[in-house]
Amino acid sequence: MTYLDHAATTPVLPEVVAAMAEQLGRVGNASSLHASGRAARRAAEQARERLAEAVGARPSEVLFTGGGTESDNLAVKGLFWARREADSRRRRIVVSPAEHHAVLDSVEWLAKHEGAEVTWLQVEPTGRVTPAALAAALGDGTDVAVASVMWANNEIGTVSDIAELAATAHDVGVPLHTDAVQAVGQVLVDFGASGVDALTMTGHKLGGPMGAGALLLRRDAECTPLLHGGGQERDVRSGTLDVAAIVGLAVATGAAVGGRVERAAAVSRLRDRLVAGVVEQVPDVQLNGAALDDVVRSGPGRLPGNAHLSFPGAEGDALLMLLDARGIECSTGSACSAGVARPSHVLLAVGAEPDRARSSLRFSLGHTSTDADVDAVLEVIAPVVERARRAGGRR
Amino acid sequence: MRVLAAMSGGVDSAVAAALAVDAGHDVTGVHLALSPDRQTLRSGARGCCSVEDAHDARRVADELGIPFYVWDLADRFREDVVEDFVAEYAAGRTPNPCLRCNEKIKFTAVLDRARALGFDAVVTGHHARLADGELRRSVDAGKDQSYVLGVLTPEQLAAAMFPLGGMTKDRVREIAAERGFAVATKADSHDICFIPDGDTRGFLARKLGSRPGPLVDAATGATVGEHDGTYGFTVGQRRGLGVSVGDQQPRYVLGIEPVSRTVTIGTADLAGVDEITTAAATWTGAVPALPLRAQVQLRAHGEPVACEVGAGDDGGLVIRVDAVQRGVAAGQSAVLYEPDAERGDRVLGQAAIRTSSRRRGAVGREVLAD
Repeated sequence: MTYLDHAATTPVLPEVVAAMAEQLGRVGNASSLHASGRAARRAAEQARERLAEAVGARPSEVLFTGGGTESDNLAVKGLFWARREADSRRRRIVVSPAEHHAVLDSVEWLAKHEGAEVTWLQVEPTGRVTPAALAAALGDGTDVAVASVMWANNEIGTVSDIAELAATAHDVGVPLHTDAVQAVGQVLVDFGASGVDALTMTGHKLGGPMGAGALLLRRDAECTPLLHGGGQERDVRSGTLDVAAIVGLAVATGAAVGGRVERAAAVSRLRDRLVAGVVEQVPDVQLNGAALDDVVRSGPGRLPGNAHLSFPGAEGDALLMLLDARGIECSTGSACSAGVARPSHVLLAVGAEPDRARSSLRFSLGHTSTDADVDAVLEVIAPVVERARRAGGRR
Repeated sequence: MRVLAAMSGGVDSAVAAALAVDAGHDVTGVHLALSPDRQTLRSGARGCCSVEDAHDARRVADELGIPFYVWDLADRFREDVVEDFVAEYAAGRTPNPCLRCNEKIKFTAVLDRARALGFDAVVTGHHARLADGELRRSVDAGKDQSYVLGVLTPEQLAAAMFPLGGMTKDRVREIAAERGFAVATKADSHDICFIPDGDTRGFLARKLGSRPGPLVDAATGATVGEHDGTYGFTVGQRRGLGVSVGDQQPRYVLGIEPVSRTVTIGTADLAGVDEITTAAATWTGAVPALPLRAQVQLRAHGEPVACEVGAGDDGGLVIRVDAVQRGVAAGQSAVLYEPDAERGDRVLGQAAIRTSSRRRGAVGREVLAD
């Protein structure tokens, strides 16, 4: 099996499995006062400190959640509600149209049910949001509740310069949330240095467990909770701490960030080989997103493991099916619950024609990828594309 | 063989896919998404492509260990089936959308794409027998779907597999239950999948708007009422005419004339026909020599009736039925069968009904078809 879908989820690291298994063997609610509770709390707080250190946050800025979707919902809705409550003029949300659905659908929910007004950011053809575009959308900021721009795009892998965007938002007094689910462990993510007010991350994209994530939230950021109850996590996210998951998340984050520089170099070399090889065999293939060697101030302008390609005249779902039948696992973009292929909203947002959007595939490499994986794709890609083209671009 | 299993999420297509796997084929499941705005959950026994149905199909595929994909054919379905359905009603005819879907979607769009992607055949859960290129009725007469497959050509049948034709529906459910499929007890779907509330007249009214016209009594030529649109009527229809004529005899729709929007009604003695002309025929095998003795079925759940089939205009047929029929509606298919009690009646072909009439002076035994 050739697994090239690390942006969907990535294999759990052995040390994560070991740490979680050890924790699962213990009893104890981290909120209990007795010895078992204290032991659980100690493990959770050690994990919090370890995670905070890995991403440049203070432990008190780490709120454990059930994953990226929850963190995005909490940040967008929670910041909107709190900021509007403090000043009722703040009804506007400034957001990129290339965000993950966890952000987009939260914003659209607020527009439909909470009277939010949405200002969609102009994005570059690469998918990047520039400080100038953000400044133009924010205006004087007095009516803006929150802005949200993802650190790295989950489909086309484009990195935006979040520190510059945070400074731009702060110039007019607006907090910035960033979805960094794909960025942590892939590029340098330092929460404190970036200046963002809230940052979403999750475990299963970096070798950790599913269902474990965090929202990094600045101590001075007011955020209205989604979940009410026992008052855990600064009273912003109630619910008994899932200590095993938290430990797994922290171990994975530490490992992903610790080995980032070497792994990014190895993965980007494989990715570059993959793209070059596909271009050689399918000369009219188109690379979506930023150039492979693109850079922003904070580092690479494209995620090291991302290769997002359009094959004119072929349907992405036909390509996916033919590759799947040959043991190669990749993606047409973010999966929809119904499984129906729709042109990617990200590609449409960066100005691609629907046909190009429909003809695309995402290969995402990660910590287990090898030269053999790249060889496997290059062995079959030409006949697969040819067959998919025979099956027709549009049905 | 590399086989594509069309999986609706129902019990029939689930078992058909399972049998194809058992037969040693390399099977891939596909669910056809035919509606642009899909409901999350199915409602009642109608509809066949909610997200829940896709989930049910995927569950079975995962149990079978076969790949599964959803193909979005909503645009093709809208153009080839839904718009055709509306246009046919607007033209005063009564279409069969299931037959059109088999013709244009399952055994054209899907089959073409399957072949291009390297598949050899498409397997479905239709209740019909198919062996040696010969399409026959299911052993389960109550569930037989050969009528809506009558439009298939020899080339299409050569790439089709209907593994359920040799068993009853009860047996299909048994197999599903033996395998632990959650869909074993799922209700059968019926009615028109793209009209989930079952209100065909309301659906057509939304598409076509109000198109009022007269209801005319055939015997007197008098206008006896008004209607909102000819699309609300089907030839042979008795209920819902909204008129009462003094003599208390039941009235039937005899004819629909879309240009003048006239719906003609009349008594039972005027409703019977025994000669039918059709549009060009399609044949499931070699084109037979005409004239031909056969049986004809004139609507999806109609009884077959003996007939003589002759050549008509423009490649169409003239079908003379031995017994007078009621409710013969233009737009429905006349599906021709060669009776065969042992192996199942064989489908010869079909043609869309254009006109129907009573032969002058013909004496026929009255058969009440409704």
